[in-house]
Amino acid sequence: MAAMMHVTRIDRAMAQHAALPITIRQLTKTYGAVRALDNVDLDIKAGEFLTLLGPSGSGKTTLLMMLAGFIRPDHGSLKFGDTEVIRLAPHKRDVGMVFQNYALFPHMDVNANIAFPLRLRNVARAEIATRVEAALHMVQLAGLGDRRVDQLSGGQRQRVALARALVFEPRIVLMDEPLSALDKQLRDQMQIELRQLHDKLGMTTIYVTHDQREALTMSDRIAVINHGRVMQLDTPQAIYERPANRFVAEFIGESAFLTVEMRNGACSWRTASIKTNQPPMSDGKCLLMLRPERLRILRVESPPDMNVFTGTVTNRIYQGDTFLLQVTLSDGAMISARGISDSTTFASTPMIGQAVSLGLPFHDTVLIADTEH
Amino acid sequence: MPVTAIPTEPTSQIPNAVELKWDHRLERWLLLGLAAPAVLLVVVMMIIPVGWLFWLSFVADDGTVSLVHYRRMLEQPSYGRTFAATFQISLATTAICLLIGYPLAYTLSQLPRRVANLCMIAVMLPFWTSLLVRTYAWLVLLQRRGLINTWGMELGLWSEPVTLVHNVGGTLIGMTHIMLPFLVLPLYSSMRAIDRDLLKAAANLGASPTRSFLSIFLPLSLPGLLAGSLIVFILCLGFYVTPAVLGGGKVTMVSNRIANDIELFFNWGAASALGVVLLVLTLTLLYAASRLLRLDTIIGGGHTR
Amino acid sequence: MSWLDSAASDTQIRHRSRLWLYVVTGLVLAFLLIPTLIVIPMSFSASQYLEFPPRTWSLRWYQAYFASADWMQATITSFKAGALTALVATPIGTAAAYGLHASRLRAAGLIHVILLTPIIVPVILVGIAVFYAYVQLKLVNSLIGIVLAHSMLAIPIVLLIVASALKSFDMNQELVARSLGASRPRAFFLVTMPQIRFSLITGAALSFLTSFDEVIVAMFVSGGSNSTLTRNMFNALRDQIDPTIAAISTLMIVVTSLILGLPQVFGKSAAGSEQSH
Repeated sequence: MAAMMHVTRIDRAMAQHAALPITIRQLTKTYGAVRALDNVDLDIKAGEFLTLLGPSGSGKTTLLMMLAGFIRPDHGSLKFGDTEVIRLAPHKRDVGMVFQNYALFPHMDVNANIAFPLRLRNVARAEIATRVEAALHMVQLAGLGDRRVDQLSGGQRQRVALARALVFEPRIVLMDEPLSALDKQLRDQMQIELRQLHDKLGMTTIYVTHDQREALTMSDRIAVINHGRVMQLDTPQAIYERPANRFVAEFIGESAFLTVEMRNGACSWRTASIKTNQPPMSDGKCLLMLRPERLRILRVESPPDMNVFTGTVTNRIYQGDTFLLQVTLSDGAMISARGISDSTTFASTPMIGQAVSLGLPFHDTVLIADTEH
Repeated sequence: MPVTAIPTEPTSQIPNAVELKWDHRLERWLLLGLAAPAVLLVVVMMIIPVGWLFWLSFVADDGTVSLVHYRRMLEQPSYGRTFAATFQISLATTAICLLIGYPLAYTLSQLPRRVANLCMIAVMLPFWTSLLVRTYAWLVLLQRRGLINTWGMELGLWSEPVTLVHNVGGTLIGMTHIMLPFLVLPLYSSMRAIDRDLLKAAANLGASPTRSFLSIFLPLSLPGLLAGSLIVFILCLGFYVTPAVLGGGKVTMVSNRIANDIELFFNWGAASALGVVLLVLTLTLLYAASRLLRLDTIIGGGHTR
Repeated sequence: MSWLDSAASDTQIRHRSRLWLYVVTGLVLAFLLIPTLIVIPMSFSASQYLEFPPRTWSLRWYQAYFASADWMQATITSFKAGALTALVATPIGTAAAYGLHASRLRAAGLIHVILLTPIIVPVILVGIAVFYAYVQLKLVNSLIGIVLAHSMLAIPIVLLIVASALKSFDMNQELVARSLGASRPRAFFLVTMPQIRFSLITGAALSFLTSFDEVIVAMFVSGGSNSTLTRNMFNALRDQIDPTIAAISTLMIVVTSLILGLPQVFGKSAAGSEQSH
């Protein structure tokens, strides 16, 4: 009963505590000749779920570690709310952190692990007990408090790590690829649970991952990071639909690129004119992004609102819920179209060697600058 | 158009650079400072006194700076004899350890882990037992009315008690006993690391067990062998207790000479000069060892790269 | 006898053909073990010449040992020196190991080497050097002098043991502890230390034994009422073969075994040894 009351107590405390916004300015870290972080500027809203997405070595973990205080930048400013924390020691920052390998204390049982931050804050014994119980309840591990760490499964350990990071009601939570060690099914389930916890407790969450699907699923906004710089900061949809550059386009989702030319606001690929709904780009070469699932396989005449590409089928791959049609265009470029396989669609697609027309709707025609940055 | 965060407030040119660097340095040096008491102890208790000794070796009895102590070492034949004895005994001990240690290490490396670990306890046990206790044990075993002589005579092997101790022989026996674990340990670990598949491949290609051993196993065990031998040799050079007890005054190695110079003659100059030579010798050999043998080849026999 | 025909190796070498090897190995093992342990039964021999097997069993040498004021004094000194050495060397060595591990400054490598010099330099040199220094400092024949010298000798051992334990320890746990609100020292004491306990106790045990068994430095530096057990034993050995030493040796073996057993008893933490998850 007391535990249940504590769950609601945590909710209310969180809501009362207005979560903190984070302001990052000119954060830079150089290791010898390598710039791990290159003058990063970032504004993170209070209470939002922001994902730092990028390949390994991109600097996303470095950035997270700087937020926690474990890596010191060469220069820069970091504010939690209005407080400058860049020089503050890690143990004074009051952020909850979940590591990739959980880093649970093997010489303590689950209760002691979760109680650890409360002990450090000199919370009264009785209160510690109720809050630990509430935390266990919150991550659905009620009753497992007496277990030792080596008696837990991977998923259970992850939840204990989570409970330990949240029990002291931090206003900022940092997570470093916490789900990467779990199998797919558990990972998918935990993604939803983590997001629900975030929604309920309302703290600002910074989440690091290299899995774009995970980022798209869980985030309010995604910061795509490469070579120590933020490539794009946007909502998942904006990042997917309107990537800022080639790197973002390639990192999120599948895509092929065709080089097209802009002249006086008109776009053309070879001799064909390309029409698009987006505002015109400046003159010169740029890239046309082709997402496989946006290309329609045309069976009749060219519809009026699509850009059409003709070519020969080189491969038909059935992949269960979808199928992939690989097509070689007249100039040798290889693109793919993806379609949903229902009982008739796959069977009725053109065979290998046959000609096929693929249509890209104007509103799905995306042009991006031909730069990596 | 790309959408990125735009800073909404003016920023200083390079915020916090100086302070952060200071924080960084402070933390690193504070951590290093944890080692300060240890360093202090070692420097004060050893580096400075040994340095002092070093200096002493260049000071003649009348207080002037001179090389007289070193010259004496080259001129007086007794020094030559001491060094010769030291080298001979060290080489002999190393050779004997090699001879009896190699088969031991080989057998242990071929046994299943459980049995081998048990036998290793037998090798480690003397290692942990006090040096003095083991030297004393040999004294008792080798003395005229000791065990060896008593049994030897009972079994009819000899009629008069053989002088087994208070001579070079006894010293060798004692030193071999002390040094053997130092050879067996690196050798054993090097042998354990040899890939069994290589021997299987050799057999498959037609090599007899002897041939396989000589061409494959032996060469691969050499790094460990060399490492162990070097360790034993270097330790023998500086050894004191066993020659002093089992040698009965008749065996004078460099360390015994040093001790005598101090205890009997208060000749600090001579003793320190000898000490410097011993130290230089030890360091040279250690340096040569570190160049010839990389530690990973000792542990990784069979995967030398 | 069928065992002899079974295979001793993957390459089907039979045990029979290796018999000579087993015999040699057995002899070498005997060579190693027997002298180490034979002192024990011999110490119960009534005869002056320490027979084996003892014709008559007696405790006379033990009685002689316990009755002698000199031996008792020396024993107490050795125990005191050993305990103090462990008390001094273990924290200092551990602090050094941790500092060097966490610091990652290039100076750390140099300091590591400096701290290993006591085991590189020949002991006889250390002995006379320390003796010389003590003569100037008037620390000869003092307990504190012995403890300082022995602590210096024990530091590299503690350093090696603890450094190795820290290397295989998951330092992420300290990071987590700090993120949860623990300062560096608190994180070390609450999280790291309990998990490297085995190595700490081993370091302490070996520090004790380094001092307890040490002969050469003690020979020069201890004396008078602060003479150590080993020093007295050594002097006795050089003069004549006193059978009391057999009893003392046996007791030393017992003490060594007990001290080495300590890590096994006290070092295993509740959740096992220093494995990380």
